Amino acid sequence: MSERIGITVTVNGTRYEREVEPRLLLVQLIREELRLTGTHIGCDTSYCGACTILLDGEPVKSCTMLAVQADGGEVLTVEGLEKDGKLHPLQEAFSEHHGLQCGYCTPGMLMSAYYLLEQNPDPSNAEIRKGIQGNLCRCTGYKNIFAAISDAAAKMQTGS
Amino acid sequence: MHRPAYMTMDAKTSPGRQDAGQTIAGAVGSPIPHDSAHLHVSGEAIYVDDIPERQDLLHLAVGMSARPHAKIRKMDLSAVRRAPGVVAVMTAADIPGENNCGPVIADDPIFAPGLVQYVGQSVFAVAAETVDQARKAAKLATIEYEDLEAILDPRAALAAGSFVLPSETITRGDSQAALADAKHRLQGSLNVGGQDQFYLEGQIATALPAEDGDLYLYSSTQHPGEVQHLVAAAIGKLSKDVVVECRRMGGAFGGKESQPALIACIAGLMADKTGRACKLRLDRDDDMIMTGKRHDFVIDYDVGFDATGRIEGIEFMFASRCGMSADLSGAINDRTMFHCDNAYYLENVSIVSHRCKTHTVSNTAFRGFGGPQGMFGIEYVVDEIARYLGKDPLEVRKKNFYGVGERDITPYQQKIRDNIIEEIVSAVEKSADYQERRKEIRAFNKESEILRRGIALTPVKFGISFTATHLNQAGALVHVYTDGTVHLNHGGTEMGQGLFTKVAQVVAEELQIDIDRIKIMASDTSKVPNASATAASSGSDINGKAAQAAAAKIKRRLIRFAAKHFAVPKDDIEFINNRVRIGAESISFEDLIKRAWFARISLSATGFYRTPKINYDRSTFSGRPFFYYAYGAAVSEVIIDTLTGENRILRVDILHDCGESLNPAIDMGQIEGGFSQGAGWLTSEELCWNSDGELTTHAPSTYKIPTCSDLPVDFRAKMFEAGRNREPTIYRSKAVGEPPLMLSLSVFHALRDAVASVGGDRCRPQLDAPATPESVLKAVTAMQAEGGSS
Repeated sequence: MSERIGITVTVNGTRYEREVEPRLLLVQLIREELRLTGTHIGCDTSYCGACTILLDGEPVKSCTMLAVQADGGEVLTVEGLEKDGKLHPLQEAFSEHHGLQCGYCTPGMLMSAYYLLEQNPDPSNAEIRKGIQGNLCRCTGYKNIFAAISDAAAKMQTGS
Repeated sequence: MHRPAYMTMDAKTSPGRQDAGQTIAGAVGSPIPHDSAHLHVSGEAIYVDDIPERQDLLHLAVGMSARPHAKIRKMDLSAVRRAPGVVAVMTAADIPGENNCGPVIADDPIFAPGLVQYVGQSVFAVAAETVDQARKAAKLATIEYEDLEAILDPRAALAAGSFVLPSETITRGDSQAALADAKHRLQGSLNVGGQDQFYLEGQIATALPAEDGDLYLYSSTQHPGEVQHLVAAAIGKLSKDVVVECRRMGGAFGGKESQPALIACIAGLMADKTGRACKLRLDRDDDMIMTGKRHDFVIDYDVGFDATGRIEGIEFMFASRCGMSADLSGAINDRTMFHCDNAYYLENVSIVSHRCKTHTVSNTAFRGFGGPQGMFGIEYVVDEIARYLGKDPLEVRKKNFYGVGERDITPYQQKIRDNIIEEIVSAVEKSADYQERRKEIRAFNKESEILRRGIALTPVKFGISFTATHLNQAGALVHVYTDGTVHLNHGGTEMGQGLFTKVAQVVAEELQIDIDRIKIMASDTSKVPNASATAASSGSDINGKAAQAAAAKIKRRLIRFAAKHFAVPKDDIEFINNRVRIGAESISFEDLIKRAWFARISLSATGFYRTPKINYDRSTFSGRPFFYYAYGAAVSEVIIDTLTGENRILRVDILHDCGESLNPAIDMGQIEGGFSQGAGWLTSEELCWNSDGELTTHAPSTYKIPTCSDLPVDFRAKMFEAGRNREPTIYRSKAVGEPPLMLSLSVFHALRDAVASVGGDRCRPQLDAPATPESVLKAVTAMQAEGGSS
């Protein structure tokens, strides 16, 4: 066993202190240590985006980042999108607009979409395309994902 | 839990159904979201890898062959055994039962028994305390190979006479005479590539030892029953000793029909050996290397036709890369033969199908199951004819359509009774403004030197049923609890396609209760035995019927009870909107259930369904393999850059027939998603093997599935409103899993149309699939070299 390194990471608002192997991936920390299994492993190599989370507000493919690199950082996962028992408008919209089928890409897709709307509350179609181009979906053909993001953006704008 | 306001969405109202307001939530025909949508978006949906791990869990890794075809002269696993954390190592010699995970023929070893037949073949497995330890240890084997001659592609296999199964032929009429007499005749060869399923959730299984040597497995599989049978045989036990469960898969697309058996057998064997829980999750690269894909084909054709483009005689030769074993290749290649007519009447026809054995991974099911490659063949031929004659390909397509009441017998002797292809094609031709746009595109291409556009309309006719008749059966199990809520099991599996939602809608409709009173249970071999794979688009058709039968059985018991209990005639009892009208009175559903329970009425029932009317003799390839056909058509417009071959889909118009859809929103998702996946197959997804038999495209870095940037700029998919299954399927719906994939042939032919614009009149570019930018550029360059205008 290699030496362990102490890290402190805040995940979805909760502070965690852990002694981890330097080789531990951030996605392993999230899934295995913290048991937040909404973040999925798809391709292991950062292409598919199923493992996307936000680290200090920026989207990160957590399968190719080490847990120690997140030391001192704030992580947001899909489990943290819900506020006060209420789903985030994006979560509602993905559900209502059928922006999912098997659901495996959904958490990563939501995190990229969440970042997009944080940066740009009123994205054009082209901007949505750019915003989620790092996330693969094999089921939907993306059309309903676009519809979901557009609708969530509109609802968040009007506050409805 | 975020239980969904959407569950109360109104049902599609149609004559004979209850008015809105009197309708249950989640009735048949209502566009309710996927039953797990609220779990998918919250991250709470549990896939196999998310199930909390037992404390004793071991992680597995597989040692793979480095050679395509070789004898294993010596295998030294001592370093593997000594590696840190390693608890057990298994090879072929350690298997207590059968060393086989082949679904039809026992030619798929779990561990190679001294002979390897593809790069990536499983040779041994390691169990260790952590994933890293297992994967590292697996790399420490020393294997000495004695290389044998490797056959690496279908042409080489044809030349060598190397086949996994006997070649097959379907003939009708006299193709030789028709070809000799035809006014025009064309011959050619085509290549159509394979496709990796690229389910986002990779192959995975966890096996848990239980008491008395039993095993409980969580497997990401479309076919839990087969996994159960094969795992039991591998560990030298019986089906009763193994239970397999699958709540959901993160995508499957056929890739989890037979392929999960290997993963589950390894997990089961190791759990059986070590007495500890064992999990095997393949790394993505290993998954792509080790598991089968869509078959690539070489296709030769010889076609004779008249001046209008009508086909008078045709001969097809299909040769597919089956890989090292039979797997499902027999049925897949049969389906190729059954679909190389697509929507066209072929009076004098000969179809020869070779199932080539190659020293590559054994190819397997993938959405369409051989059908797409057959349809690729005939669509290419029809396009060739049109270009040769200088006609609009659509005109030649229409010229060859099956008739209604005449010219309606397929080459395999099935009479087509539900042909609506003309109606659908004409409708989408009009709504997509095909003719005007075609003219406009021709004009554009005259003026545009570098960018060229193309347009194509292609039809789809797809046969529904497993071609192996015995697989067309399904079972279900429905329990009603005393509070009036329901547990629903059936033999189908959920891979994202919405099967569980649709079957629950059927049960809600049958019992007239809101869908949120029904708990959808995981597929489980201890609940519904011997279920067929969820495949062949048949999931809703057969499981919907089986679940309906189970619910109806309980309902009949309730009616019998109520009639007696309340002394009213049976036909004066009606289930409506969570209540039961008994004569002039009405009580709640749960009230009736409580009373029935008190009166000792059984509130649990199984249901069974076998597809009627199908009857087919494989020895002569004739009869009725298909209960009915699903139809659709698509118009695609593309633009290519003739300097680079890069291309984009500009607009797509789809009209697809789902019969009376059980859930239009879910079915629309199948249409759009299927089309997109097909477009990937035909444009960007390219599998490459090197001369050592190694797959060089084994990760998404080099294997390109469509991204959101590939979504057509303008995408208009519609369901055929007048759709109604002429056969008595579940609520007259039609299967929709596979058929829409082949709508993407319109993209390929639009690309070919764009490429053809580079050549002169009547030029016929050779374009292989997938039409990657490289393939398009090659075709453009060839056109230019032929001296066409540029």
